[in-house]
Amino acid sequence: MSTSTAYAAHTGLAAARATGLNKVYGEGDTRVVALDNVSVSFGQGEFTAIMGPSGSGKSTLMHCMAGLDTVSSGSATIGETELVGLKDKQLTKLRRDKIGFVFQAFNLLPTLTALENITLPMDIAGRKVDKAWLDRVVETVGLSGRLSHRPAQLSGGQQQRVACARALASKPEIIFADEPTGNLDSRSGAEILSFLRNSVRELGQTVVMVTHDPVAASYADRVVFLADGRIVDELTNPTADSVLDRMRRFDAKGRTS
Amino acid sequence: MYRTALRNVLAHKGRLLMTALAVMLGTAFVAGTLVFSDTMGQAVRNSYSKSYSDVSVLVSDKWSRSAENGPKAAGEKKREALTDATVKDFAALPGVERARGVVTGFTAVADKKGNLIGEAWSAQGSNFAPDASGQDSRYPMVQGRGPKAAGEIALNKQAADKAGYQVGDKVRVAGNGAAEDTTLTGVFTSDDPQVTSGGTLVLMDTATAQQRLLEAGHYSSIALTAKSGVAESALLDAAKAKLPADVFDLETGQQLKDEQSEMVTRSVTGMKSMLLVFAGISLFVGIFIIVNTFTMLIAQRLKELALLRAVGASRRQVTNSVLVEALMIGVIASVSGLLLGIGIGAGMQSLLAGVNEGMPTGSLVIAPATVIGTLVTGIVVTVLSALIPAIRASRIPPVAAMSSGDLPSTQRGLVVRNSIGTLLAGGGIALILLGAFSKGSGGRTYLELGAPVTLIGVFVLLPLLSRPVVALVGPLLGKVFGTPGKLARRNAVRNPRRTASTAAALTIGLTLVTAVTVIGNSVTSTVTRLVAGSMKADYTVSMANHDEVARELAPVIAKANGVTAASPVGNVMWTMAGDRKAVQGFDAAAFDQLVKVDMTSGSTGALKQGQILVNDEFAGKHQLHQGSTLKLEVDGGKTVDLTVGGVFERNDALSPVIASNTLIDQYDSDSFVTEILVKGKDGATPALKQAVKEATGSNPVIQVLTEKDKVDEFSRIITTMLNIMYGLLGMAVLVAVLGVINTLAMSVFERKREIGMLRAIGLDRRGIKRMVRIESVVISLFGALIGVGLGCFLAWAAIRVLAADLNGLTTAVPYGSVALFLLLAALVGIIAALWPARRASRMDILSSIKTD
Ligand SMILES: Nc1ncnc2c1ncn2[C@@H]1O[C@H](COP(=O)(O)OP(=O)(O)OP(=O)(O)O)[C@@H](O)[C@H]1O
Ligand SMILES: [Mg+2]
Repeated sequence: MSTSTAYAAHTGLAAARATGLNKVYGEGDTRVVALDNVSVSFGQGEFTAIMGPSGSGKSTLMHCMAGLDTVSSGSATIGETELVGLKDKQLTKLRRDKIGFVFQAFNLLPTLTALENITLPMDIAGRKVDKAWLDRVVETVGLSGRLSHRPAQLSGGQQQRVACARALASKPEIIFADEPTGNLDSRSGAEILSFLRNSVRELGQTVVMVTHDPVAASYADRVVFLADGRIVDELTNPTADSVLDRMRRFDAKGRTS
Repeated sequence: MYRTALRNVLAHKGRLLMTALAVMLGTAFVAGTLVFSDTMGQAVRNSYSKSYSDVSVLVSDKWSRSAENGPKAAGEKKREALTDATVKDFAALPGVERARGVVTGFTAVADKKGNLIGEAWSAQGSNFAPDASGQDSRYPMVQGRGPKAAGEIALNKQAADKAGYQVGDKVRVAGNGAAEDTTLTGVFTSDDPQVTSGGTLVLMDTATAQQRLLEAGHYSSIALTAKSGVAESALLDAAKAKLPADVFDLETGQQLKDEQSEMVTRSVTGMKSMLLVFAGISLFVGIFIIVNTFTMLIAQRLKELALLRAVGASRRQVTNSVLVEALMIGVIASVSGLLLGIGIGAGMQSLLAGVNEGMPTGSLVIAPATVIGTLVTGIVVTVLSALIPAIRASRIPPVAAMSSGDLPSTQRGLVVRNSIGTLLAGGGIALILLGAFSKGSGGRTYLELGAPVTLIGVFVLLPLLSRPVVALVGPLLGKVFGTPGKLARRNAVRNPRRTASTAAALTIGLTLVTAVTVIGNSVTSTVTRLVAGSMKADYTVSMANHDEVARELAPVIAKANGVTAASPVGNVMWTMAGDRKAVQGFDAAAFDQLVKVDMTSGSTGALKQGQILVNDEFAGKHQLHQGSTLKLEVDGGKTVDLTVGGVFERNDALSPVIASNTLIDQYDSDSFVTEILVKGKDGATPALKQAVKEATGSNPVIQVLTEKDKVDEFSRIITTMLNIMYGLLGMAVLVAVLGVINTLAMSVFERKREIGMLRAIGLDRRGIKRMVRIESVVISLFGALIGVGLGCFLAWAAIRVLAADLNGLTTAVPYGSVALFLLLAALVGIIAALWPARRASRMDILSSIKTD
């Protein structure tokens, strides 16, 4: 049904695109089709949320599109680069240069200070830090006073903001965030979300975020719904209510079918 | 609880592998030592009892025994001797089957180049005493026949093979007199232990042996064989009645065997204790690894243990569950250690037998004490080492099960630890300094007390030291190795306790290795310096068996081609002004050409006037100066006045008082000539050496050596000793390497998510590998640096203490070796990191991130 729309939405200016993506785990009895012919594209400067029931393949989709996991068939691109068939070395370089990550938990190295954590991807790449940009990112994240702290000295929300700043600091083409607010209370969660949205609005960043929370999804420009490894629906300019409404419909469908 | 423990052991078998290996190596060392020394002892004892199998009573001449072992004890007049008549007397005794007169004494054999075969201390000569059939049952001939006349000899097979002699060859032999060319008539085998362990044995006909080794017609001992059914003790009593007891020793065969057996036991026990010390060091190193492993396992299982507590397990139960795990490891590791050790013991045995074919062999001896001792040691060490982590585990509060996130590195408790460490290290160092600066022999006690205290103190302080020491190299790491270097450095200090106990294992090994190396090097370089600084002579002529050199050789040598001066060095102990000191005598005319002295007053020419030279120290003590007189006590309680002709600067190669040989002989007939100094017209040349050798009758006992030869010989001995030490300490270092591998592997496992995250944000596999490798090198170098520093310090203190006995000994740090040790430590770090780094780099990004 709306698979084609999801794919067509931003054909011209896609930061990342999946075409006919399949991902199968296991063999025989334990065979699980985690992604079933998924085609989707994420436009530049767009904030997309991926939603769906647990086990629907959200994380798998994200990992495949971010070059963290291999695909069974189909194609995935970041910008102009095709990921399928790349060697580990090239994938590593691609992640380092073009992709930012925010995970649900454990985003930071405990031995480094907040600032060192933020500049880590650039240190690894041996790239010079763009000082003005860094200042702007740090300011947006609101961590100016805490840069020399170690992660253990920061709250969960602050740690997550450091993780966001790290993802932004290297100006990647796209940021993937897997349940970035999953471990946070609603206030800290809201801070992170507005921050991500601001980075899209003000800094022109592309963000793809997996979430279970309709409120979180409402911060996005677009919501893509996954079920059983397939894209089943999408929603633009969502509100918490409209997202919730859509989810109820799937639930009902799931129960009746 | 036991089932939980068993399941834990099985679940963590990979992680416990290194611990088990460490315990296994330590216990294998213990078991190997015990098995090897028991087997050796047994074999040697057997070979001794075999060689005494036909001796029921041995009558030996005390006087001739002392003659065998050293210079003739002068003045002692011989009253009775063992002669052919005595042998006949004994043979006529009722219970005697056979009486055999034996002559033994020092006899050297030259190889085809004229050099001594084997070592002088094991070069023996004896008489060939054939029975009616013309054979001597003790020496079965494998080639040719026994010697029958003067100028004929037989040689043991090993010696003949070594030199490549065949029956019929000319062989040059020498006893305490001149060398002589003889004809080899036979080659024989012998189970005489001295021969089987590599000595040489020359057989001569009895008359020649008596003449060469003793005195015509005399025997050094008589071996009586009892008729069957006659008790050895009865024979002993019968023999005793025939001889005055104070001149001869009479012993039964059993007594001899017992004596030998005891001697063997003593020497084997000595070797065993030394090896056990090193095995102990390996086990001690293992303790650090065990503690580390269990501490890490408990940290990883924090939540699990807290949950146990939360659902009602008592502290004791938690402690016990850890201890039971340790017990299982201990049992498994000790049993495999025992088996491995038995294998090592057997391997050593056959290795030695392979290298030295005459080596006595026997079946492997596995004493019950070996089995019990090894198992108990291994198990007790493992369980005791796990005790502290186990107690810590029991202190985990139940609430820890609920808390989320990662453990903060435990900095608590380090305050107490640091205070104790500072106290211990400070006290220990103070004791050592006290020892190093105290005069006399008291220093030794301080050092012996201070050294272990300091070591323990430093080990306790290692966590504190880790940060500043690593910080020293930190900036460099970041610059050279980029982000992986920076991360590695942070990782190395993130858990100081873990880093410290990993490094400590290496510290122990390197402290010992460095200390023995520095001491060995200092001794060698001191000797080199002394020798080089005191002599002008090109060659010294001395006896390989440390016997006196015939002084008559000096004028003969002086006439040899190319020799410009030669002088015997006579040694006496004289009491002068109530002070008993060594006095060296030289030929006055040759003195200036042979000896280097710095005169502060007077001149060496005074020796020619029958005056003496004294060193400044002696002069100061007795207020002597040129022209003063010194009272010498001579025989009969009288004194004579000696005139001081000059004062020279103290020189450790020379005695405090120097005189001319003429002067010494005037008052003392016992001057002992240790060597003859020779100066050549063109320095030390092969031609000169050959000329001197020929002048002295090409005697294999006479050595013609340069000072450098002597130093080389000496440093060879030191080097051999060091190599043995290195070999033995190698095991401890090996265990330490296991420790580094262990820590790294466990750290990598613990930091799985971190590594996954680093991979996700773009650190490649090489970067991850490099990070682990550098951490490993940093930890290894940290341990090595402390060890090298400590080793140098201890060696310095020990040398200062030793210098009280060994004049002129000063510390000389072999910087090359020290640098090499550090380099090797870095290499150890790289090797230890191979497997963990590979594992880390191969980790699956996604599963690492997902790990809870
Ligand atoms: N490594 C794996 N091996 C086998 N099956 C897997 C593996 N990883 C994921 N799966 C399966 O693939 C499907 C999709 O998993 P995925 O983690 O993408 O779901 P998700 O939508 O992210 O769920 P959640 O909201 O719970 O995080 C699930 O059925 C899961 O069981
Ligand atoms: Mg998921």
